[in-house]
Amino acid sequence: MEESNSKYQVFIVNSAKYLTLTTPKFDKRKKWQKLDPKEVRSFIPGSIIEVFAKPGQRLKAGEVILTLEAMKMYTKVTMPFDGVIKSIEVSKGNRIPKDTLLATIE
Amino acid sequence: MSFKRNILDLRKRKKEAQQGGGEKAIEKQVAMGKKTARERIKAILDENSFHEYDLFVEHTGRDFDMEKKVLHGDGVIIGTGTMYNQPVAIYAQDFTVAGGSLGLMHARKITKIMDHALKMRVPLIGINDSGGARIQEGVNSLAGYGEIFYRNTNASGVIPQISVILGPCAGGAVYSPALTDFVFVVENISKMFITGPGVIKSVLGEEISMEELGGAMVHSEITGNAHFFAKSEDECFEQIKKLITFIPWNNAQKAHKFPIQEPIPGKSIEEIVPVDPHNPYDIRDIIKAVSDGSDFFEIMEYFARNIVIGFGRIEGNTVGFVANQPMYLAGVLDCDSSDKAARFIRYCDAFNIPIVTLEDMPGYLPGVDQEHAGVIRHGAKLLYAYSEATVPKVTVIIRKAYGGGYIAMNSRHLGADFVFAWPTAEIAVMGPEGAANIVFKKEIDEAENPAEMRQQKIQEYKDKFANPFVAASKGYIDEVIEPSETRARLIHSLEVSGSKVDPRPARKHGIPPF
Repeated sequence: MEESNSKYQVFIVNSAKYLTLTTPKFDKRKKWQKLDPKEVRSFIPGSIIEVFAKPGQRLKAGEVILTLEAMKMYTKVTMPFDGVIKSIEVSKGNRIPKDTLLATIE
Repeated sequence: MSFKRNILDLRKRKKEAQQGGGEKAIEKQVAMGKKTARERIKAILDENSFHEYDLFVEHTGRDFDMEKKVLHGDGVIIGTGTMYNQPVAIYAQDFTVAGGSLGLMHARKITKIMDHALKMRVPLIGINDSGGARIQEGVNSLAGYGEIFYRNTNASGVIPQISVILGPCAGGAVYSPALTDFVFVVENISKMFITGPGVIKSVLGEEISMEELGGAMVHSEITGNAHFFAKSEDECFEQIKKLITFIPWNNAQKAHKFPIQEPIPGKSIEEIVPVDPHNPYDIRDIIKAVSDGSDFFEIMEYFARNIVIGFGRIEGNTVGFVANQPMYLAGVLDCDSSDKAARFIRYCDAFNIPIVTLEDMPGYLPGVDQEHAGVIRHGAKLLYAYSEATVPKVTVIIRKAYGGGYIAMNSRHLGADFVFAWPTAEIAVMGPEGAANIVFKKEIDEAENPAEMRQQKIQEYKDKFANPFVAASKGYIDEVIEPSETRARLIHSLEVSGSKVDPRPARKHGIPPF
C-alpha cells in the first residue's frame, strides 16, 4: 500500500491526515491576505483619468486622490481617513486590473 | 404539366437555401475543424429521420443595407427527428450564414422549435455556433435572446434540454446553455464567455486567448459550466447519444428500462477500499462494481473531482450516483462539490431517477477561501436538494461520515429511504483526531507526555465511536451490511421504492440558496 501511495499528498482535515490528490483549481486558489488600510487599491479594472494628490500631501477623509474610469463611469477614489500620501503608484493614462495598488498612506 | 414545374421550382429553392452561407463559407468552417450545422444534426439523429422547418424564413433587418442581403434560413436550422426511434426537437446555428449571428427571425425559429418541444414533451437539443447578437438588428436581437431564455426556464424540469457548444457562444448567448440541463463542449472548438479577449485587452491591456479564457477545458475544470468534454465533434455526438439512453423523454415518464446485466467481475469490492480511512481509492470502482455491466457514465468529470456524479443502471433501471471521491482532496465537501451534486440531485428528482449516494468523506474543506467563497450558502444547496427530492433515495456509508457532511450526504435525517453502512463505516460528529483534541483537551494538556496521551485518547474515541453501530443503535442506519452485499441491497431497496409516494406541502416553489 505504502509504495503505491507515493503520488499522493497529505491533506489535513480536522487534524486527521489523509492521502489524496489535489486538483489544478485547488492548487491555483488565492491565499488570503489581511488588508492593509494604508494601501488604496482598485476595486474594479479601468483607466486612470486624473491624479490629483501628490506624495507628501496631507488630505482629509473624503478628499479625492484620483479619478478612475471603469465601465464608462468616472469614479473618484477618495482618502479613507485623514492622512499624508506616502506614494502614488499610478499615473494618468494607466490601464489597471482589479486590486492594483494605487496609493499608499503614511 | 405545371405541377411538375412547381415541384422543380420547390426543389431548386430548397437546394439553394440548404447551401447556407455557400461553398466558401463552408470551406472556412471545415478549415476550422468544424462540421456544418446540417452534418451535425445528421450525426446526432437517427439516419434519415430529420425534418426541417422554416427553411425559407428570411431576416427582417432593414438598416445598414441589410435589406440587400440574403441570409438562408437566417443562420439557423430547426426541425424534428428521432434518436433510437423516439422523437426529439433540434436546432443548430449555422456559422456559415452571417456567422450564425442571432437576429429576430433567427430567434423566432429557435423559439418555435422550443415551443414544439415543450408542447410535445420531447427533448430539445440546441447546437450553438454563433458570433452573437446581430448588431445590425439592434434591440431585436436582445429581444430574441430574452425569448429563448424565457422558454429555457419554462421547459426546465419538464423536458430534457441539451446544449452543444460547437463554436463561439459569447455574450448573452451563453445564458441559454447555462439554463439547460447538460452542456457539451469540444476541445479547441467551443468558446464561451460573457466578455471576450478583445474587451479584456482594451480595458485591462491583458492578453488572453479565447481557449484560455473560455475554452472547453476551462469550463469543464474551472467554471463547471460544461458537463461533458470531448476531443472531437464525433466523440461529443457519441456522448450525447449515450446520455440520452439514461434519461426519460419528459418529466412524466421514467427512463427506458434496459436488459439486466451483472457487473463485470473484477477486483472484489472489499479489495478496492483500503480499511485505513486515511488512504485513498477511486470511488468510481465501487460504482462500477455495483452497476449493471459496470457501466458508469460520469458527468462533470473534471470539475470538483472530490465528488463524483453520473448515471448507471441497476437491474436495468437508470439511477443517479452521487459519491464522495477520496482520491481527490480526500473527498471533502466544498463550494464546488456541493454545487455540482446539488444540481444533479435536482435533475434526478425532476426526471424520476432514483438517487444512490455513496459516502466516504471527512467533512468540509477548511480554509479562508472556502468560507469567503460562501461555503455556507453553497453547502446548503446540497441539504436543500436532498431534502427536496422525492425520488427513491438510498445511501451506502462506506467509511467516513463525519459531522455536517454526514447530515448532508443524504442521511436518514434529510429523508433517505434506506441507509446502509459497511462495517468499516465511521459515523461520528467528527473524526477521532479532531474529537480527541476537544473532548480530552484537559487530559492531553495536563499529561506528562501530551503526544502519547493524545494518541491514546484518539484510540479510545476510535474504539467507541468510529463505527456504524452507535448510529445503528439509534435507527439512523437501517442495516450494517457486508461490502459484497451492496449491489443486492441496492437492487432490493430500489425495487421496494418503485411506487414511492412522498408528498410535499403545496407551494409555488421553494427558495433554494442559489
